[in-house]
Amino acid sequence: MTAPTLVAAPLVDVRDLVKHYAAERRWFGLGRPRPPVRAVDGVSFTIPSGRTLGLVGESGSGKTTVGRTMLRLQEATGGRVLFEGRDVFALDSGALRALRRRMQIVFQDPYSSLNPRMTVQETLREPLEIHGLAGTVAALLDEVGLDAVFAKRYPHELSGGQRQRVGIARALSVEPQFIVCDEPVSALDVSVQAQVLNLLADLQARRRLTYLFIAHDLAVVRHIADDVAVMYLGKIVERAPAAEIYALPRHPYTRALLSAVPEPDPKAKKSRIVLSGDVPSPATPPPGCPFHPRCPHPLKSERCRTQVPPLREVPAGSGHLAACHYAEQPMK
Amino acid sequence: MTFGSWLALVVAIVLSAEVVRWLRHRALRHERWRRFFRHPTAAWGCGILTFFIIVAIAAPLVAPLDPIVQPDPVRLKNHPPSLTFLMGTDVFSRDVWSRFAYGARVSLGIGALGALIAVALGSCVGAVAGYYRRWVDAILMRGVDIGLALPRIFIVLMAVALWDRLPFAWLTLVIGLTSWFATSRLVRAEVLALRERDFVVAARALGAPSSRVIFGHVLPNAAAPIIVSAALSVGNVLLLEASLSFLGIGVAPPRPSWGNMIADGALTIYTAPWTTLFAGLAISLVVMSLNAVADGLRDALDPRQDPA
Amino acid sequence: MTATPAAALLRVRDLKTYFVTEHGRGTARAVDEISFDLYPGETLGIVGESGCGKTVTSLSILRLVPEPPGHILPGSLIEFEGRNLLALAPPELRSIRGNQIAMIFQEPMTSLNPVFTVGDQIAEAAIIHQRLSRRAARARAIEMLKLVGIPDPEQRVDDYPHQMSGGMRQRVMIAMALICHPKVLIADEPTTALDVTIQAQILELLDRLQHELGMAVLLITHDLGVVAGHTDRVVVMYAGRVVETAPTTELFEHPTHPYTEGLLAAVPRVDTPRSRLQAIPGQVPAATAWPAGCRFHPRCPYAWEKCVAQEPPLLDAGGGEGEGEGEGEGGRHTARCWLVTEPERRQAKR
Repeated sequence: MTAPTLVAAPLVDVRDLVKHYAAERRWFGLGRPRPPVRAVDGVSFTIPSGRTLGLVGESGSGKTTVGRTMLRLQEATGGRVLFEGRDVFALDSGALRALRRRMQIVFQDPYSSLNPRMTVQETLREPLEIHGLAGTVAALLDEVGLDAVFAKRYPHELSGGQRQRVGIARALSVEPQFIVCDEPVSALDVSVQAQVLNLLADLQARRRLTYLFIAHDLAVVRHIADDVAVMYLGKIVERAPAAEIYALPRHPYTRALLSAVPEPDPKAKKSRIVLSGDVPSPATPPPGCPFHPRCPHPLKSERCRTQVPPLREVPAGSGHLAACHYAEQPMK
Repeated sequence: MTFGSWLALVVAIVLSAEVVRWLRHRALRHERWRRFFRHPTAAWGCGILTFFIIVAIAAPLVAPLDPIVQPDPVRLKNHPPSLTFLMGTDVFSRDVWSRFAYGARVSLGIGALGALIAVALGSCVGAVAGYYRRWVDAILMRGVDIGLALPRIFIVLMAVALWDRLPFAWLTLVIGLTSWFATSRLVRAEVLALRERDFVVAARALGAPSSRVIFGHVLPNAAAPIIVSAALSVGNVLLLEASLSFLGIGVAPPRPSWGNMIADGALTIYTAPWTTLFAGLAISLVVMSLNAVADGLRDALDPRQDPA
Repeated sequence: MTATPAAALLRVRDLKTYFVTEHGRGTARAVDEISFDLYPGETLGIVGESGCGKTVTSLSILRLVPEPPGHILPGSLIEFEGRNLLALAPPELRSIRGNQIAMIFQEPMTSLNPVFTVGDQIAEAAIIHQRLSRRAARARAIEMLKLVGIPDPEQRVDDYPHQMSGGMRQRVMIAMALICHPKVLIADEPTTALDVTIQAQILELLDRLQHELGMAVLLITHDLGVVAGHTDRVVVMYAGRVVETAPTTELFEHPTHPYTEGLLAAVPRVDTPRSRLQAIPGQVPAATAWPAGCRFHPRCPYAWEKCVAQEPPLLDAGGGEGEGEGEGEGGRHTARCWLVTEPERRQAKR
């Protein structure tokens, strides 16, 4: 599948990323080999420098795995990831360590993303030591809006929002260009969530950062993403600039996701689309279109049950991609 | 017993009690150590261990006589405990109390060193196996399986057969090298869980080399089971040394260890039980104290019981 | 689904639940004088962030708070159909739990016992309270599974919790709670741990069941979107106190308390174009050290000297100062803020 052509090469270019996990055999490993769990099943996207791609999906969609395999924190099964034109998967350990400075990650759970036995200062000093950088802990704390007094504290003495700021400071310490934000605000309260989102936006402007913002909440993504990609069962089912995907989603899953977000407005009489059935497990994907068992599209047909719809540009030349046989006639 | 040794003994007892009291006082400030002292046996364990450690370190002060000196092999043989001979004399008229004090040095020393070697080796192997997984893990753990299956006593017997008189240091080394298997399993399990924690992944994402990740992030957080395992290991090594010395293949006479003191008095156990009794009692007390302290430590270091 | 003028089903007055902390850091006053009413057939939302005391409130109603370190202070009143729950003997309290007042929790994985089948766990409440035989209870369990929308209930009734997805387990929890047709359902963040599409399913299910069974629901959540779409009245909590009470539409149209305003501005929304969120500065204070005066004043953009000096009572936001505290009945809109008496201060936003 071809990405829309861009003038300059994008900072991040992911092509057909695949991550399969071998399924455990029954009978203590002596049974028949089972089909693998296809956590990420051919994902492609590009992120131009300075922009944010929001990657949205529910549990089992593979979004977290995409983030981690891109950074080689897990080894991918197939595909290529090009960062500034260089193939990340082909690098040796020395070149990889150098690359680690440019690509960083912020984690979801503020409670487990910091070493409980290290003070904030030690946590922030470590990356500076590893790479021989000249920055100071005080400057980093200041940049994320934390008072210098927090340097001597341990993680358990900080609140969730404060810990998350430390995690962001740690990622910033090596002066990266690209940060994978793996659900950075999902575990935070509403008011703290807003603070951290604003901080991430400010940092992006100030440091010219590029983000891959992984989330399950379409509302949060709205406030930070330039482009949005929606994942379902290991595949991207829709990708478009943010304004478009919220105005006119062309995949029924995106439509359902949007309508499922509870809006803080009692008057909003949304035509609620409530999906039936459960979020499927990537171990047993349905045949044909992976979404078809739950799809509420009125034109759903036999074709959906048998043919996997390709991710294609609809309408042509718009930059809006959808993997649906009926993308030209989206649901209302 | 000379006046000096009586004084030293009393000081040892008082000092142990004071140490426990001081520890208790310090513990009030931290929730973890309060948990430790919630076990009534933990405090006693601490005290008893401290006492024996002081006796071992200050053996020249608390022991009136040289442990291998035989003052009067004819008339002072198998003398019951009295004011001059606190724990009586053995079959060679040696002062049992002096032998006991110096024997504490040997037994506790082997116990601590042997456990140190075992835990250090076990932690490293377990950490490497748990962190790298796959074939490294498979090979190392099969090695551990073999090690666990081999009976230690026979290995030491073989070592003794190969070297006529096993020097002290080698004995400790052999004991340490045969005692690390269980620890490695424990540490491996802990490391397997820890390596998936976000902060470990973060360290890798920052470009930290594996050694830094393992020794800087993983192992410090696996400290709890390692420490508990260490405390229990000392007890195991102590018992092993005692068994070996009792069999005559451990610490060689005339140097005293609690194990060979038990052997010395085995023949006269009905007529002159004091030779065997005190050494045996000491071993039991130390092992029980170590278990009590290990129990307390397990509770104290359990991260799930820490306040959020 | 409007509140009827009938008597309140559940009356909570001056509830105080404090926790003793071991570190010498004093008492954590998690719930510090909460009052509200719950009427038959309505859904009352209790909304607040972590540390506000909403979960402790819900646990206090059924006296599920662990007794050390927590305790409900004397002077608190929790009345259900006229009976004071805090004064009941244990056997009487047990006959109410699961029977007249039921509760569902946030984490369906840890709230279900992994070694018993789903059917056994649902049937348990019926066996205890309705004295049904095992066979009859099992039949009821299958009925309940059907009611909560689980396909193939006759097969599923023998499944274990780990064989089910998160959404299904939450439905099982709902079935367990509703099998004795309770009059009140306390739902403590029932959808927070679920995926968005499943959340929509579960909320729709709760709406439908409430309608069919005619019960009152106390919905505890931090999500203002959930509150907007599924509640009749709302109680906003902050720092252990009620800071605002109003019918839902009224609350969203005319938020009075600055905390409510702040929350509404901070919630990311799908229907507004990309913009910077207005965050509330600072963070929730610790329960062992509530600020003096109005507890929100350190973070409030309007605060002035009076706010620091004196904590406001719950004032009638529809007009002048109300008589007493906490009589949040019917359509009254109350807010614990001095801006109610001095509305001109709103212009002087910092």
